[in-house]
Parts: sequence; C-alpha cells; structure tokens
Amino acid sequence: MKSVKDQMLLDKLADAARTGSISRRSFMSNAITAGLTASAATGLWSSSAKAAPQNGGKFRVAQHDGNTSDTHDPGTYLSYAMILLAHTFRSYLTAIGTDQNLAPDLATEWSATPDATEWTFKLNPNAKFHSGGKVTATDVIASMNHHRGENSSSAATALLASVVEIVDNGDHSVTFKLDSPNADLPWIMPDYHLPICPANADGTINWQTGDGSGPYRLVEHESGVGSRLVRFDDWHGEGAYFDEVEFIIINDPNARQTALVTGDVDACSLLENKTLGLLSRNPNIEVDNVGSASAITIPMHVDVAPFDNNDVRMALKLAIDRDELIEKVTYGAATKGNDFHHSPAMPYWPDDIEQTPYDPDKAKWHLQQAGAEGLSVSLSAAESITTGAIDMCILYAEQAKKAGININVVREPNDGYWSDVWLTKPWCLVSWGARPTPDVMYTLAYKDDAAWNETHWKNPKFNELLLQAKAELDDVKRAAMYREMAIISRDDGGAVIPYFPNFVYGRRKGVKHTGQLAASWQLDGARGASRWWFES
Amino acid sequence: MGDIAGLVGKRLGLGLIILLVISVIIFFMVELLPGDIAQAVLGQGATEENLAALRKEMGLDQPAIVRYLGWLKDAVVFDFGSSVVTQEPVTSIIGERFAKTLFLAAYAAVIAVPVSIVLGVLVALMRNSIFDRVANVLTLTSISSPEFFLGYILILYFAVKWGMFPAIASLSEGMSFVELLNRAFLPALTLVLVVVAHMMRMTRASIINLLASPYIEMARLKGAPPLKVIVRHALPNAWAPIINVVALNLAYLITGVVLVEVVFVYPGIGQALVDAVSKRDFPVVQACCLIFAATFILLNLAADVGAILTNPRLRHPK
Repeated sequence: MKSVKDQMLLDKLADAARTGSISRRSFMSNAITAGLTASAATGLWSSSAKAAPQNGGKFRVAQHDGNTSDTHDPGTYLSYAMILLAHTFRSYLTAIGTDQNLAPDLATEWSATPDATEWTFKLNPNAKFHSGGKVTATDVIASMNHHRGENSSSAATALLASVVEIVDNGDHSVTFKLDSPNADLPWIMPDYHLPICPANADGTINWQTGDGSGPYRLVEHESGVGSRLVRFDDWHGEGAYFDEVEFIIINDPNARQTALVTGDVDACSLLENKTLGLLSRNPNIEVDNVGSASAITIPMHVDVAPFDNNDVRMALKLAIDRDELIEKVTYGAATKGNDFHHSPAMPYWPDDIEQTPYDPDKAKWHLQQAGAEGLSVSLSAAESITTGAIDMCILYAEQAKKAGININVVREPNDGYWSDVWLTKPWCLVSWGARPTPDVMYTLAYKDDAAWNETHWKNPKFNELLLQAKAELDDVKRAAMYREMAIISRDDGGAVIPYFPNFVYGRRKGVKHTGQLAASWQLDGARGASRWWFES
Repeated sequence: MGDIAGLVGKRLGLGLIILLVISVIIFFMVELLPGDIAQAVLGQGATEENLAALRKEMGLDQPAIVRYLGWLKDAVVFDFGSSVVTQEPVTSIIGERFAKTLFLAAYAAVIAVPVSIVLGVLVALMRNSIFDRVANVLTLTSISSPEFFLGYILILYFAVKWGMFPAIASLSEGMSFVELLNRAFLPALTLVLVVVAHMMRMTRASIINLLASPYIEMARLKGAPPLKVIVRHALPNAWAPIINVVALNLAYLITGVVLVEVVFVYPGIGQALVDAVSKRDFPVVQACCLIFAATFILLNLAADVGAILTNPRLRHPK
C-alpha cells in the first residue's frame, strides 16, 4: 500500500526526473524509499526522465593547472590536471556521488565495528585493471601502503596516520585497523591521492605505466600537454558514455575560454569569475556554478595580542561585509561563510546557525569592551592565494573603517608564502582546498595539537566534541555535535571565514548531465568524463 | 677561406666558455629562488618526514656545489641528466618540444624574412610616400604591442569572429603537414608581426644610407631604373647589417616564444622552461637555457660569417 504522502513524493520525483534536476541514482533510492520496487522505479525513471544518457562521441576537455613535471605517482599528485585524469583512468575505494553522499566505486559496501576502529571494505568482484587482471585485496593494500611508513614520499601520509594495519580477509575484502576510532574513514578514501594501482610482487605499486581500473583507458599522455583515453568496456561502474576522452592542458584562462567559445573543446574547467556574465549569455555555452568545500580563511593567532581578546576577534568578524565581498570580488561565485570551517558542500552541514552580519556598530561595541578603540592591525596577503586576494583585503579594510578599525594590508611575495607567512604572521589570508568531511577539516587545522592549527586556538569543549564525533557512528548525534562545534567556532574561534569559493566550469550546449553535480572537485567531482554525455 | 674556418673555430671555442659561464650563473640563480622542490611537489600537505624522504630521493640533500659539479661532469659528455621532479631524462622531456619550437620558429621565419626584406626594399624605393608611412606605422604598432595582446587580437578576429583558424594550436600525432600549418598559423602570424618591423626598418635604413654614395649616383646617371638601383647596386652592400638583424630576430623566434606558446597552447620548449623554473627543476632549466644560449651564439656566428661572405672587405681587417 502506498500512502498519500508517498504518492506525492513519487509525483515530485517524476517531476524532478523530467526536468533533469535529479540523478538516476538518487531517483532510484528515493523512489524505493517511497515504496516502489526496484523494477517499478526503473520503469518510472525511464518513462519520466528528461533525457536518457546516450553513448558516443569524443569528449574534449580544456583543463587548467597542468605542468610538464606532473607524474602518475599518486603520492605526489598536486596539479588539478592530474586529479581529473586520475578520476578518469583510475578507481578509488569509494566516491562522492552527485548527491554529495558517499557512493561505491571499487568497494561495493563498507562497515565498521561498533567502536569505529576497524573498517571493512568489500571489493567489487567485477573490477578489472585495463591490463586485464582483477583488482584484488593485494592491490588495495599495496596502494595504501604507498602512502604509509616513514620512507613514504607521499603527501597523503598524514591522512592514513591512524591506520595501524590493513588486512586481506581472503574473501575479496580488506579491513583497516585503526589506533583510534574514526567514523569518517570511508570518506577519506575518495581523496585524490588514494587511487588503487596494480601491486608489484614486492608489495610496491606500479604507478609508472599508467594502468588503472577506471572508466577510461589511458592511450596517450604527455604531462603538461594533454592525454587521450578510450572507454574501458569492462569497467565495473555505471556511466562512461563517451567513446573517447581527450584532455588538453590550457593554463591560460583566456585561451581556455576561447577554446570553449570557438568549440575547439566541449568542456572547460575553471572559468574566470569576471567573464562569467559574458559566458553565460553565450547561447552555445552552459556554465555550472557549484558550491564547494574549499574555503578562504583569515586566521588570527589567538595567543597574540590583540587577537587574544575574543571581543577583538568578534569585532573583526562583525566588521566584514561578506555579501559585498562575494559580489565584488568573486562576481557572485561563492557561498557565504560564517566563521566555522564547514561548508554546505560537506556532510553534516548545520543549516540553522544564525549568520554573523555586517554590523559596524556592534563591532565598535566589542572594541569598547576590549578597550581597543581605534584598533590597528596588519593583514598579510599575496595575490596568488585566490583570485582578487589583495582587492578583497583592501575592500575588507574599507568595510572595517566604518567600525573604527584600521586594517593595514601587507602585500607579501607569492613565492614562499606558505613557508614564510602562513602559520608565522599573526593575521594572514589563506585558501584551503576542499576536504571531504568536517572531521578531516577540523582535525587538520582546528584541533589543539594540529601542526596546521593556523589560529593557535585551543578550545577544550570544541576538542572534546571533535573526539566524540570522530567515534560516533550515529549520524544524527554526529550532526548535532558538529552543529555545536560550529557555534563555538563562530563565537570564539580565531578564523574569519568570508566565503567558500564556488567551482565554476563550462560546457558546450550539447554536453548534458543530470543536473546534480558532485561538489568535491571541478567538473562534477572530477568525474564529468564518466558521468556526462552528448545529446545527439 | 682558411681565415673563415679559423674565425669559426675561434668563435666556437669562445662559445663553449660562454656556455660554461652561463651554466654557472643559471645554477646559482635557481639556487637563489626561494622555496624548494620537495615543498613545491608535495604542497601544503607535506610532513617533515615526507619532505626529507623526497629530498633524498631527488638528491637534494647534497651541497649545491657537489650537485653542480656532478651535473657538469655528465654534461661534458652530452648527458644532461634527468629531471629532478619526474626522474625522466631531460632529453626526452625537451627533445620533442624543442622540435616543435623549431617548427614554429621556422614557419614564422619563412614568412617573416622574405616579407620584411621585400617590404624594406619597397619602402626604401617609395620612401616618404604614404605607403612608406603606413607600413612603418603598422609594423611599429605591432612590434610595440606585447605578444600576448597581438595573439588575443588575432584569436578574436581569426578564430572567434571569422572562424578561419583554430584558436588553440595543440598539435597531436598523425596530423598531416597541411593540418600542422593550419593549426600553427595564428601563433606563427603573431611571431611574424613581432619581428617584421625590426628587419624591415633595418633593410630600409641601410639601403637609404647607401643611396647617397657616389656609385649609386653613378648607377642612376647611367639610367638604371630605381628598383634595379636598389636591388642590384644598393642591396648587396647593405647585407651585413640586415643579416645581423635577421639573425637576432631568428634567435628571438626561438627564445622569445614563451608568451605566444601560453596564449595559443602550443606545446613548445617555453612552457617546459616555465614549469621547470616554478618547480626549481634545475637540470631542465639548465638544458633549456643552454639551448637558448647556444642558439644566440650560433646565430650570431652565422650572421658574422654571412656578413663577411657578402662583403669581402671585412675579411681583411686593417
């Protein structure tokens, strides 16, 4: 029996499918929740879906950030071009779906012991490498060990630091044993450093040959120039509609956008915000503007005067007009921040926390409380941090003048910013790449003993909640903990977080997607090549 | 001709010493750049152990002078080592890209040199006419604009508005020669616009310079038409400065293409050099810079030899 409510839900779902605003996967799971059987749901999807994906075509993508020095070593993946390529020819244990939830990739299911110290991943029995062999537990273990141990030169060592042992269970599954509880381990697996590569006999991995188990097989690759891939027919996943994929590295934004405008490519990563308006008026181009988990932060050292006084910190948080910054610096391509480092694109995001407004009078009041009227502080920034970094700081300084605060913007050199300014100067501008979960983010930069605790903030309640949440497998309870941590961070923390920059990318009109896009990377969580299709 | 062989030998020997000095300067300039490779490769996420492990893998734990001497020892037998970052041999990184850069330079030179010399002769012939003025203003405008700006203008009209040529010049294997020419046309045209003015004006100036000479007067008096006076009588004596300027511009076509490569996404050596500098990848930087330096040395030598061959007087300095 279907209830009335369920029927309404189904109608809505069919509507969403018709307008293309829902993916097949979320449609199916929602339809089944509403009481349909899987086959009935499939029927409903195909009868109502706006456009079913079609096979065929050569998908040419212009990408930014590719270097001659890029290699296939997943431990030193750094440039965006390699990250996108990795998601196209390699596979990960888990993936971020278009509904921002964790989805299966090589692992079909995963479960933890009740104390969240052991995680078992069941591997897809159909998964194969392009060279022919099956993806086995041995490959998974070797791929993970590539990032572990003292001699590893991988940038992902810290991510797997809590892993003590990885065990092959003999039944096509692996178990990760941790030294402390971590309810988030499956969320770490889509990290771009952690693709599964074929194992060598000595326990190392073979990353050099460019073998993988992803949707496309690498045919040609020249670092800093581009790559060509063809569909891998034995892929274990769903999608890979294009016959062929070609990535072309175009680092110059103008050249990249021109290539999209002239139709030399079908899609293009990282559009410039200032040309967004013009590009979206072009009838041949669709612009995707997707909220992301990357962030701009302005961390103060809370153990250094004047930032050791919370009233000063509150004054600086109230003296920033985030709306104006988003409008004028990012041309609207950003999501407003609220001084806790947890973006709406991350799981467990608390949507009911009151926004700190731009309120110069209240900021003045806080300065009086601190006895710091006429506050004058220096803010260090470099142009390379984010587009319009210096402009943004100068605009903030203007906004803060209304609250009687004098912000002196110090322009630092781009080279060496991360070694000489960040973590060294008491107040500076920082940009953070996307992290998958609030736990990863908070542990990395807000935990009292974190090496990158960029605010030197040590709030006991916050740290206690962080540890509790890490071990909590009940999602509702975890969400409540992250909500409380967000409030503590907003009211006491040392970082001003003006906004989370959006991912902005473009495609030609004929390139279609479901309307839902993963927010973990550019181009649909770096998986556009296997999720999108050409409309014939 | 023995004196020319001697000159070439002497200049080549000198060239080697210059290359050695340049390699020292480049090495220590790369050393002076802030930041280090390990940090650049691993990014923000690196732990101290990671950095140490990677530095060791790259051989950066050795003192600078030891690394330089090690490089030099191999370089004298033409082994330019491997990239510090990717471990790939430098020759395989640079080889194909250098060939593409040479192709683009040759493409541009084949258009630019005849065009500018013919133009130079024509404007010398019609000096102070409207044609002379217009040609001068146009070529001076194009040389005064930055290459990337010229590139964008060409893209705007030839690629976006009129759709005559592709906006990006990414070459792939298996392209026919005609297709290559079509793909690389806009970058080549940009380079042509940049170098034409210099060569054309030098041709014009050196010809006009000679027009006051008695033997030109003589040619005119015997009734030779103006074009013949210039081509037959003036030009042969004007070759030396023209060849010098042509050589300088040919060198520029090879070494100055970085911006053009970026704007047109042309996979040449300039892009490799920029990437290598940002990663502090010393062997690649060194190899690129030495190629550029050798280009200058060789082309200068060729210019001098050419000048001497066209003007026998230079062979017997007083």
